[in-house]
Amino acid sequence: MKIIVVGCGKVGLTLVKQLSAEKHDITVIDTRSDAVSEATNSYDCMGIVGNGASYSVQKEADIDDTDLLIAVTGNDELNLLCCLIAKKAGNTATIARVRNPVYSKEISYIKEELGLSMVINPEYASAIEIARILRFPSADKIDTFAHGRVEILNFVITEDSPLKGKTLIDVSKKYKCEVLICAVERGDDAFIPNGPFILRENDRVSFVAAPRYAKEFFEKIGIDTHQVKNTMIVGGGMIAYYLAMQLRGQGINVKIIDSDRKRCEELSELLPRATIINGDATNKDVLTEEGIESCDSFIALTGIDEANIFLSMYAKSVSKAKKIITKINRISFDDMITSFQAGSIIAPKNITSDYILQQVRLMQNSIGSNVETLYKLVDGKVEALEFSIREQSPVVGIPLMELKLKRNLLIACINRGGSVITPNGQSTIQRGDTVIVVTTQKGLGDIKDILE
Amino acid sequence: MNYSFIVYILGWVLTLEAGFMVLPCVTSLIYREKTGLWFLLVAAVSALVGFLLIRKKPKNPQFFTKEGFAVVGLSWIAMSLVGALPFTLSKEIPNYIDAVFETASGFTTTGASILTDIEALSHTALIWRSFTHWIGGMGVFIFLLAILPMAGGYNMHLMRAESPGPSVGKLVPKVKESAKILYIIYLSITVAEMVLLIIARMPVFDAICISFGTAGTGGFGIRADSCASYNAVCQWIITIFMALFGINFNFYFFIIRKRFKDAFTIEEVRWYVALILLSTALVTFNTLRIHNGVGVALRTAAFQVSSIITTTGFATADFNLWPSLSKTILIILMLTGACAGSTGGGLKISRFIIWWKSIKNEIEVFIHPRSVKAVEMDGKTIEKDTVRAVSVYMVVFLLVYMISVFLISLDKFDMVTNFTAILATINNIGPGLGEVGPCGGFSGFSYFSKIVIIFDMLAGRLELYPMLLLLTPGVWKKH
Repeated sequence: MKIIVVGCGKVGLTLVKQLSAEKHDITVIDTRSDAVSEATNSYDCMGIVGNGASYSVQKEADIDDTDLLIAVTGNDELNLLCCLIAKKAGNTATIARVRNPVYSKEISYIKEELGLSMVINPEYASAIEIARILRFPSADKIDTFAHGRVEILNFVITEDSPLKGKTLIDVSKKYKCEVLICAVERGDDAFIPNGPFILRENDRVSFVAAPRYAKEFFEKIGIDTHQVKNTMIVGGGMIAYYLAMQLRGQGINVKIIDSDRKRCEELSELLPRATIINGDATNKDVLTEEGIESCDSFIALTGIDEANIFLSMYAKSVSKAKKIITKINRISFDDMITSFQAGSIIAPKNITSDYILQQVRLMQNSIGSNVETLYKLVDGKVEALEFSIREQSPVVGIPLMELKLKRNLLIACINRGGSVITPNGQSTIQRGDTVIVVTTQKGLGDIKDILE
Repeated sequence: MNYSFIVYILGWVLTLEAGFMVLPCVTSLIYREKTGLWFLLVAAVSALVGFLLIRKKPKNPQFFTKEGFAVVGLSWIAMSLVGALPFTLSKEIPNYIDAVFETASGFTTTGASILTDIEALSHTALIWRSFTHWIGGMGVFIFLLAILPMAGGYNMHLMRAESPGPSVGKLVPKVKESAKILYIIYLSITVAEMVLLIIARMPVFDAICISFGTAGTGGFGIRADSCASYNAVCQWIITIFMALFGINFNFYFFIIRKRFKDAFTIEEVRWYVALILLSTALVTFNTLRIHNGVGVALRTAAFQVSSIITTTGFATADFNLWPSLSKTILIILMLTGACAGSTGGGLKISRFIIWWKSIKNEIEVFIHPRSVKAVEMDGKTIEKDTVRAVSVYMVVFLLVYMISVFLISLDKFDMVTNFTAILATINNIGPGLGEVGPCGGFSGFSYFSKIVIIFDMLAGRLELYPMLLLLTPGVWKKH
């Protein structure tokens, strides 16, 4: 697809990186020439220095021939204007980042009237993601397929886990759950495990299951599945606000600590049912006074990455919190940060680009490939794809054990008419199914690509 | 420095060169010449080595500007060394350094020759000589990028290291597609020239070789008198096509995309055409007395001007014998060279435009000490960094130029010969003045001077930095 990305900031660059890896034709536009040259030097894309909302600049970027324009500059109004002009000039599909909560309330109106394909609010998206993690505190990350009927969850095998040292065959015999372990991350390597694969301590295991089976499985292997009852949020920014709104709906008590008096007053008006504390959270006494030791979950959302990491590490050491979440804006040493024991990491730029990428994949789907959803697991080393089987295909109607599948590829789940099937060798794929495939092979575009 | 990746890419270059050698092999089949066997042997060995090197893709994917520049420099050296082997093995050019000189001159599209009797060469050797021009003109990496499934950001580093001009851009977002478009344009114009020359009654073999030479703006002729003995129509066709290959390929891209307004407002192309017309007019007037008739004078002047400005180096007259005004004009054209983004060499017109505009700004500062003015071209501001790089380029060029002149002046030749020999080779033109004029050659130089000139040709084609980088010790450190 031909894509124009306006704005080469954090999100812009993350997007360009992903999109160019997925072989799209990308043109980036930014007013800062150094940002543009950073993008063109690192990725296979074309760069234009200029204002993305200018008609002539868009013309130069060949807007007539472009399928999608993504506006992710720091300015909401500019983003909307870019999209508006692109829509008029090239009848292009558009995605805009709009983060001002004033617009957020009217977002569906704006989207409708300006003809946008998608509006993304990074703070809102991050808040949704955090809320999802709090709902299921044992898992680090949850992705959903088939409109939420199937989830892909991951957790780490701890020292005292009953799964330690077991093969996958043992696991399925012993627990008899409708779950399928589909990817294991061990150190820097990613495996698509088969039956005799032995799980070890510190393995990060991803599995596919319907939500209730996932819960059952967690209970059987002795992992607590209760959702948290209360949470302590440090930093009262936009994410905290959206998150508090979300959590209130889930019945979780929210306590927000912020050092800015004015912001606290604003929040107290916006969130009458939340507890708002005006205090400096980098002061240990404030945290102790507010009961960090007894809180159920702890979320560090200040604007400073380093402070967030330290707060979370502190919370980990003193509290019994089931879930600790750290927001990271800028730092790119992901592997280091995971080793800090700072709980789950939330990076708004990655969440934003993930959401946009899903939309792009969906658009591409309507052009040629049959991928419904695509998630990157294990640091992008493993892909989980959802295919819809629309027509006659060489894989239809043949028992899976007779198909010659590619190496490192697993059919994790078949979803037929609303019911979820965990496949075995005798299962077959039928027309109308959606099939979830987990693989380390990149660039599958159609279900028939799973064959050798 | 990521050595394993450099070796991997070198493997591809060798494989590719082996592929290119199929053409001389086929030629030798047609003409039943034995030289082809040597080409076949070298191609087979080169392909084998290449295959061994590319069998395993290196694990470490780190590839930055320095790797890009170093691998391009190394590959061009390797190509010249391997491409020279068949000449020596078949004893057509018995000395290996001479053979490397001839091959490097071919790949860098210089066209300077150490041969004293071109017509003694076999058809096989002649077509390989001319074909090296065609390969080197657009560049072997552009070809590699067009056919290889190379993903990742590093391909831009390769393209930038090999493409001439102050700032290298892409035509379309993907490097691969850009490279394909460039080669399609390149191939189509080459074939057009071949067809026209054949229609104009040039022998087919000559038409193919001359077209290769024109397309790469190389300049190896296959006759002793270069192009003088072809008929007038052929000479005009060659003149026009030389000029066409000196135009920035963006121009053709815009034409294909029907963006005519964009195409005809490229400042560099306008200057280029103006320069050709003006120089041709001046040289025609200046040489009227030597030639009989305006027609002949115009044709000869146009041919020489077009040949020199595009840095091709074909000749239909010995301009050594021309009045000094004409000779001076030709020397100036040797310096300016053709457009950036074309197959031509030289310092490139766009650099001169940027220099001219920065000089104007500098002078403006004396009149209005507080004036602020950016350098712009084609209605766009040129980045300060680009302006700086362009200015520094001139200094580096002069430095390399002076050192080279100094080194070859150890030989017995006069000043004019030494100065124009380096000028003509570092700008990838071919013939200079004096002993190295259109009727002379480089055979008289010592082997040391020849090595210096080989370096200059490669440095000139790759715009200095890739070759200079190879001489910088810091590059070779592991980290």
